[in-house]
Amino acid sequence: MMTWLDSPASETQITHRRRIWLYIVATLVIVFLVVPTFIVIPMSFSASQYLEFPPKTWGLRWYGNYFGSTEWMTATWVSVKVAVLTVIFTTPIATMAAYGLFVSKIRLSRFIFILLITPMMVPVILIAIGVFFAYTKVKLNNTILGLVLAHSVLALPMVLIVVSAGLRSYDMNQERVARSLGASRLKAFFMITLPQIRFSVVTGALLAFIVSFDEVIVALFISGGKMSTITRSMFLALRDQIDPTIASISTVMVLITSVALLLAQMFGKSKSK
Amino acid sequence: MSTHSLPGTRSTTGANAAGLRQDEVRERVLMFGLSVPAILLVVVIIGIPVGWLFWLSLFNDEGVLSTSNYTRMIEHKSYYRIFRTTFNVSFLTTIICVAIGYPFAYFLAQIPQRWANIGLIAVLLPFWTSLLVRTYAWLVILQRKGLINQWGIELGLWDTPLRLVHNLNGTLIGMAHIMLPFLLLPLYGSMRTIDQDYIKAASNLGASPFHAFWSIYFPLSLPGLFAGIVVVFVLCLGFFVTPAVLGGGRIIMVSMKIETIIDLFYNFGTASALGVVLLALTLLVLFISHKLLRLDRVLGGTGT
Amino acid sequence: MADANQINALPITIRGLTKTYGPVFALDHVDLDVRSGEFLTLLGPSGSGKTTLLMVLAGFTRPDHGSALFGDDEVIRMQPHKREVGMVFQNYALFPHMTVAGNIGFPLKLRNVNKATLHQRVESALETVQLEGFGDRQIDQLSGGQMQRVALARAIVFEPRILLMDEPLSALDKKLREHMQIELRHLHEKLGMTTVYVTHDQREALTMSDRIAVINDGKLMQLDSPRRIYDQPANPFVANFIGESTLLPVEHSDGHVSYAGTPVNVSGSESKDGRLLMLRPERLVLLKPGEEADYNTFQGVVKDVVYQGESFLLYVTLMDGADVAVRSVSQRGLLAAVPEVGAQVTLGLHPDETVLIPEGES
Repeated sequence: MMTWLDSPASETQITHRRRIWLYIVATLVIVFLVVPTFIVIPMSFSASQYLEFPPKTWGLRWYGNYFGSTEWMTATWVSVKVAVLTVIFTTPIATMAAYGLFVSKIRLSRFIFILLITPMMVPVILIAIGVFFAYTKVKLNNTILGLVLAHSVLALPMVLIVVSAGLRSYDMNQERVARSLGASRLKAFFMITLPQIRFSVVTGALLAFIVSFDEVIVALFISGGKMSTITRSMFLALRDQIDPTIASISTVMVLITSVALLLAQMFGKSKSK
Repeated sequence: MSTHSLPGTRSTTGANAAGLRQDEVRERVLMFGLSVPAILLVVVIIGIPVGWLFWLSLFNDEGVLSTSNYTRMIEHKSYYRIFRTTFNVSFLTTIICVAIGYPFAYFLAQIPQRWANIGLIAVLLPFWTSLLVRTYAWLVILQRKGLINQWGIELGLWDTPLRLVHNLNGTLIGMAHIMLPFLLLPLYGSMRTIDQDYIKAASNLGASPFHAFWSIYFPLSLPGLFAGIVVVFVLCLGFFVTPAVLGGGRIIMVSMKIETIIDLFYNFGTASALGVVLLALTLLVLFISHKLLRLDRVLGGTGT
Repeated sequence: MADANQINALPITIRGLTKTYGPVFALDHVDLDVRSGEFLTLLGPSGSGKTTLLMVLAGFTRPDHGSALFGDDEVIRMQPHKREVGMVFQNYALFPHMTVAGNIGFPLKLRNVNKATLHQRVESALETVQLEGFGDRQIDQLSGGQMQRVALARAIVFEPRILLMDEPLSALDKKLREHMQIELRHLHEKLGMTTVYVTHDQREALTMSDRIAVINDGKLMQLDSPRRIYDQPANPFVANFIGESTLLPVEHSDGHVSYAGTPVNVSGSESKDGRLLMLRPERLVLLKPGEEADYNTFQGVVKDVVYQGESFLLYVTLMDGADVAVRSVSQRGLLAAVPEVGAQVTLGLHPDETVLIPEGES
């Protein structure tokens, strides 16, 4: 340990000892980032009235509360349904746009790209009340369709950026070769290009899922009652009192997100670089 | 066959010229057409409603065209306070993120790539975990009977529970946690691209390690740092969930005020005006940084 | 010498092909005829337009105007996937998510060839490029030369009548490249399809081609056999681009040609009224006193001697100040006769090898 402390850590011959403060700070930051992310998981298994860490008694009462409540379960189901539909709707649209803009030689493409990124730049609250107002006129509030459309717009920039990045590191010559060998543009895209960029597409799809599933503000306005999303219900419960059931719901949410992440890693990476 | 024009002369009447031009146009339209569904989506779901809101903001409560929604913001002290709070919180959060984020990013950039990738997981995991879940976690950790107070009292560090939440402190802690990955990712990215040879050269020329860092490394890391700062600041301006939960009603940001106005008064005129101002401020910040930074390069775009 | 396997090759007729990017002419009213079954190389420096021309033939670059016929069919507006041309790119562009057999079988699959025939033809193609048994390999397991051959097999397996190649060998190291040049040449002779080959390497062009089309600034400089391109360049650009040369201005007066006052015998030159005399370093000889009779002679002083391994280079300044390079092979007898710096020398150029170049593009 002592020799390690005195060994050089950098090109400028600073020793590890002199950098101890950096290592301490780094450790603290890691703790700061990771602990709150996962601390709800063990806490949700606490059997007592209040959440504590570490739990003095273990139990599943809060999960019982969660799975036993029709309201919570309906809300969860709504969130999952909307998220899945958002992915199905947004991924093809965004991929098409990414490809079209990438291949297009018009200078306008630049502006179109920025236009499609705007949902990320506009404050969400403004989008939320705007959509709420518009939906009131066309009766789309409290509908799955309304939620899917709104979430798709929010997820679109993410998918677009990720897929565009994937296209940029892809060798377009492969598509040209495929076309020279007899494949139409469409066939060449599906048989050659898409398999190559699938990691980006899958990552984009995953991000779209997470954006929709975790979305709070827009859902706060445009969903309600039976159509309330899990995030909306959670948020309202949080504002009123600290119901420990939320810990179990949070754990389930973290679980769902982690599974989605894992799937993307496995499916997206496999053979391609 | 073609008419033979002299080399170097541009003629528009060579063989197949018209047909070729047609083909070119058709191809461009087709490729552009691929992005039409996305454009439609954005225009219909965002463009129209926001435009509508902007329109609404120009009418006062009686339905008469006026700027009262905007002048109200200048006249009533409460609005000024809200904007000031929003800026303060955003500013402070950004500072905190930079203070703890820069050393951490530096650390990650110094260790071998393999370990850094593991370290990055510590950044990406929170990044992808629901912010509602994380905000709730902070609520639980910081509350009177929460983790910090439990341990603090048990260890004898203090007697009465510290008021860490339902105030500015709690809000800042929570927001810093949420925003930190947004700063770290571009900053780390830009640090990784700094060629170590520069540092070696500086040190070879006689610079002390600190001097080499300050005059070579730090300036080279600035693009990533600025990009991160802009993203964090802009996100903080419009932030809603975390201050609403951790602020305990004492911290009122612009977005929260907008929500209240709709929720309690259903007054779209005022709410839209506030939203428009928020949007204008966001765009202003983005515009200024774009001029300094070329943000569109950072986020990527067309392939040509 | 063609095989029984020979494909019916197609001639290519290009007329008035023009492509501009803003004010720049990438292709400037190019007229070119490629004979059926020939191996034609498009040779030129980077930016000359040779790759643009190839891409227009393939259908990936749309020209402003012009015509291109494959046989009797106008293809200029035809989409790439309908043109039935095989193509090999510089970076091979093999599909990494398929095996070697998958890559090669791809064009056949597109043409709905049945499984058994497909398999057989893929095997046959692998044999042709000497990669038997490689069918199941993954692309990332192949060396550069092997990848090149797979790309080739993929481009010929569907028996296109025209083959286009864009600097396919430039990513390979020298030895492998030279080996592949000969292999490609053999393959061409065996299969017989019309081949258009792009390169900036003149040695490659001279080695492989039936004819060379020298391109510069989007214009065709000369279209000829390698021999004639080298021996009888049509303009200063070709003279300078292919091989080494020094160009000296000559005077004409009633049928006689002279340089710096001395008459020059131009019997070997096709162009009798060209204004420039071409001196190739390896064509000049160092004359001993008494040998001048059969040669066109030039007097000069040696300025520098450079040993280059297989040959050595003499830099000579002629009487009128022009600088000329002379190359001599390092053979035993000649080495002994290398003059020293400062020595007076007489250079000789045999009339049969004396060539005049018309003043033109340079």
